[in-house]
Amino acid sequence: MRQDTRMNAETGGISAVEAPSSAPAGGAGVTMRDLEHAYGDLRTIEQLTLAVEPHGVVGLVGPSGCGKSTLLELICGLSDPVAGTVEVGGAGESAQRLAGCAYMPQRDLLLPWYSALDNAALALRNQGSRRADARERAAALFERFGLAGFEATAPAELSGGMRQRVAFLRTLLSGKPVLALDEPFASLDAITRAEMQEWLAGALRADPRTVVLVTHDVEEALYLSDRVAVLSARPAQIVAELRAPEPRAPDRDAAVTDAAFVAVREEAMRALRGGSP
Amino acid sequence: MKRWLAPILLVVILIGAWQIAASTGAIASALSLESFLVPSPSEIASSLWENRSLLADNAWVTLREVILGFGCGLVAGVGFAVVLHFSETMRRATYPLLVASQAIPIVAIAPILIVLFGFGIWPKLVIVALICFFPITVNALDGLRSVDPAAIKLMRTLDASRWQTFRRVEAPTALPYAFSGAKIAVAVAVIGAVFAEWAGGSNSGLGVLIRVDNAQLETARLFAEVVVLSAIAIALFAALALAERCVVTWR
Repeated sequence: MRQDTRMNAETGGISAVEAPSSAPAGGAGVTMRDLEHAYGDLRTIEQLTLAVEPHGVVGLVGPSGCGKSTLLELICGLSDPVAGTVEVGGAGESAQRLAGCAYMPQRDLLLPWYSALDNAALALRNQGSRRADARERAAALFERFGLAGFEATAPAELSGGMRQRVAFLRTLLSGKPVLALDEPFASLDAITRAEMQEWLAGALRADPRTVVLVTHDVEEALYLSDRVAVLSARPAQIVAELRAPEPRAPDRDAAVTDAAFVAVREEAMRALRGGSP
Repeated sequence: MKRWLAPILLVVILIGAWQIAASTGAIASALSLESFLVPSPSEIASSLWENRSLLADNAWVTLREVILGFGCGLVAGVGFAVVLHFSETMRRATYPLLVASQAIPIVAIAPILIVLFGFGIWPKLVIVALICFFPITVNALDGLRSVDPAAIKLMRTLDASRWQTFRRVEAPTALPYAFSGAKIAVAVAVIGAVFAEWAGGSNSGLGVLIRVDNAQLETARLFAEVVVLSAIAIALFAALALAERCVVTWR
């Protein structure tokens, strides 16, 4: 997997971003089986089994502090489960998972000493691209991401929505088949958040990746995902798995007010509140 | 310009008040001192001018000790902070010693340093460097340890090596902290150099002049030497502050 990413980066890569047809062959799925995790005596995840098919988008919703972020860290190979297995593209070692996943943290964590463009190009630089090459490849996507003209801007001078877009571009440009998004829009105001959801849905249509999306916003999860897993309070277990209604209107307002969508959302809310599904 | 007005005004008022109090003999009679022990600012200024070449020669000696000693302390302090940051074991093992070393009075070890390094510039460099080392190390290490753990995780999933994470995230985060430590260090470095000359049997430097003039009750020149020392400290501090503004552009 690491080999693939590397090759991609060297051969003028990020073909995945520019032309969806040549995305990493079929993408990589994520499989979690009987996953358990604990910090000392504090059990955070219990008997969790969940599969995300290649290029699938799965939303994880659950009460605050239920271990959603821990789950993303396990998937990304940043930590290892106490019991059970987690595999990315069929590989279970933490180093292999790390090579297959890109993590987008809750706060954008853009580096203030780099411009927007250099922040977006960070993964390419880490993978060994020369600065000029990395910047050129990142710059090619700035227009499509609505960031044209802000290449040299410092992160502190960008709006919240733009910062999230730079952060997402940075994640995308890593060329990883799996994206782990940790409440990517939680810090934004309601209007910007709705716009960003619409924008992200479009970005993923143009460039499909396997996505695990953690959020506490049921509507966001259902709008962006194929499937939504509702987690219980700690220790996290899956209490309901819901399929988002298909087909969804491309317009977000139309999609979220659709009768079928509202019905599934209510079902998810019931599961979240702890009523048996 | 406006923000300089208040400090300049204050200095002018203080010097003016001192001038009046000293020239009328008010301070001397209030403290029951001989009036030559209380030089007025104008006397200090004329002493500064009359002794300009003597002061300049000796100030250069002291300035060189301060800059070289500070440079050694900076390199050693930052280097040590990086080592402690990378090695948990080293940090646990040496941090208490580092703090304890600050409790050792330099006065006590100065004679040993002179035995070890002779009467040249070396014992002065060692004393200045020792004084600078602590604030620089502690501040730089605090800076390195203040990095957001989430940023480290992010860098790992973006394929960063340990070195790349250090260079692109940890080092820039620590930079403003290291500058704070350096600014504290450079101010005490001047005191360190004067003390080193004092204790180290030097025959040149502002520290030597101060000792001689103190003994000979050359009070106007004594104050002139203190003025030069202060000017050196302020200039070095300002140079560091300027360097910080040029390097740390994101603040």
